[in-house]
Amino acid sequence: MTSPKPHTHHTHGSEALRADGIVKRFGSVEALSGVGMHVSFGEMLGILGDNGAGKSTLLKILTGFHQPDAGTIHVNGQQQTLNSVDRARSLGIECVYQDLALVNGLSIYHNMFLNRELVRSGPFRLLNHRAMRQRAMDALADIGVNIPNVDQEVGRLSGGQRQAIAVARAVHSDARILLLDEPLAAMGAREAGQIISLIERLKARGDIAIVMIAHNYAQTLEVCDRVMLMQHGTVTYESHAAETSPAELLEIVRREYREMRGG
Amino acid sequence: MDLALRPEASVVLVALVLVVYFEMTANNFLTDANLQTLSQFVAAPVILACGEIMLLICREIDLSVGQVFALAPFVMEKAYNAGLPVVGAIVAALIVCALVGLVIGLITVHLNVPSFITTLGMFFLITGITLTISRGFPADTPNAGVLNNILGGWGYAEFLWALGLVAVMHTVLRHTRWGLHTIATGGNAIAAAEAGINIDRIKIGNFIITSTLGGFCGILEAFRIGSTDPLAGGSNIMFLGVASGVIGGTAIAGGTGTIIGGLVGGIVLGILQDGFTLQGINAFMFDTIIGGAILLAMIANIQMARWRGMRPQ
Ligand SMILES: Nc1ncnc2c1ncn2[C@@H]1O[C@H](COP(=O)(O)OP(=O)(O)O)[C@@H](O)[C@H]1O
Ligand SMILES: [Mg+2]
Repeated sequence: MTSPKPHTHHTHGSEALRADGIVKRFGSVEALSGVGMHVSFGEMLGILGDNGAGKSTLLKILTGFHQPDAGTIHVNGQQQTLNSVDRARSLGIECVYQDLALVNGLSIYHNMFLNRELVRSGPFRLLNHRAMRQRAMDALADIGVNIPNVDQEVGRLSGGQRQAIAVARAVHSDARILLLDEPLAAMGAREAGQIISLIERLKARGDIAIVMIAHNYAQTLEVCDRVMLMQHGTVTYESHAAETSPAELLEIVRREYREMRGG
Repeated sequence: MDLALRPEASVVLVALVLVVYFEMTANNFLTDANLQTLSQFVAAPVILACGEIMLLICREIDLSVGQVFALAPFVMEKAYNAGLPVVGAIVAALIVCALVGLVIGLITVHLNVPSFITTLGMFFLITGITLTISRGFPADTPNAGVLNNILGGWGYAEFLWALGLVAVMHTVLRHTRWGLHTIATGGNAIAAAEAGINIDRIKIGNFIITSTLGGFCGILEAFRIGSTDPLAGGSNIMFLGVASGVIGGTAIAGGTGTIIGGLVGGIVLGILQDGFTLQGINAFMFDTIIGGAILLAMIANIQMARWRGMRPQ
């Protein structure tokens, strides 16, 4: 939705995003203790793991929302300090946060343009409501979400509709690296199917890197190229999706869990 | 949104009913002289409401704006006596007010002191400063010829300023990124931050706006009256400003609010004050009536919100 950013052409397969040795502490809690990840253009990485494993924290470091206590991040091959959400966005990183980051009292179209509002030319930079309304409608129609009135307040929508709006916002903002934190959580089967096919269409374009946090093992293995398992702040397993199975992943989780209880 | 469901609509209705009531019971209500008086009752609370509404929307409040209101004319007088032209003295006073807002904002945002407390402290602090620099004596307003009339000398001048500021602040709230980000900050601070909005900057900015408006309002009042008492303004004018906003449909809990509603809320309060004065009702009754009006307005607001199917908190 923003004006096109100057970016080099991203060839399928080149590395889009890489994080190494990421440590993040909240007071005495170490949410991440040396986590690494990488994803390439045209690729989709799935992140699985229990509640509290640090998945959302990792994502929020990749969006510039949190700053890591240690570790490095490379975007498109260059080391970057993601010290603000705006900085990460300017590098083409977009996110659908687990909490959706929607403001209930604002309309759908205001939410879709939150912090990148379209303004009219002129000294006062007044909001261009009409253009935002129109483009929000187009964006929603484009992903097949049927919402007749984008003037509606977001607080009055169903969980699935809210989710769809958060996804539409991220997707239609010229994202090169798309981060999704449990994007299917509040959705019914039909809506989830719509979002998955949207994600698959994006993936098929070949020039977008996608990272998706999810909790459904089978579904994740089906749509992702690679998966990575996170437990208590570390990555405990990584594999190509084709080379593992829900049963194997579950077994690893169980083993870790037994070790933690035993040790 | 349906016009009849807008939060301002019920307040406009109340204002109209009150006008009809007082025109029928106090036969000199709609006269030029009384409308001037009414406009003067209304102007200051409305101007202060413009700032307080922005703050309430982003979940803050400024209890000290009535103190800045009293301080500004004395700063203006000092600057004028120090040799600045009137306009320069006004600008100097407004800069001091803006700095007060900045300090309030920095303490609230960066030291995590609730603004209720920050501005309570500022309330006493500024009272002390005003009393000190005035030595407790009233100050004469500088004489600036025709400017005096424009700045409040002419009967409706202050009210016209209030209308102008309402127009500006309404535009800021509804038609600029600043206004939208103010609503987002109060409605869901985490979401706003996740979208990259600098919520600290939004809050500090709105404290600065409120203090500056408060100071400007005090200066207008100084030009209308011709002198300023160090005990002018204070908590009374501040609470009238907050009450105008709340009666007009702005929620204390943040995330929603309307500047136009603040204007109508201020007019309702002014009509009550002026109408009951005309009727010769005991001045002591006035506070009772205002209190009742605020309670009624709040109950109505919350019921309306529930009725619209929104969560009012
Ligand atoms: N803003 C925060 N402040 C303090 N602790 C946090 C914060 N965010 C996350 N945590 C803690 O970090 C750990 C990881 O949380 P999170 O990344 O949300 O896990 P996940 O998304 O895998 O469920 C948890 O123990 C959580 O309580
Ligand atoms: Mg999470």
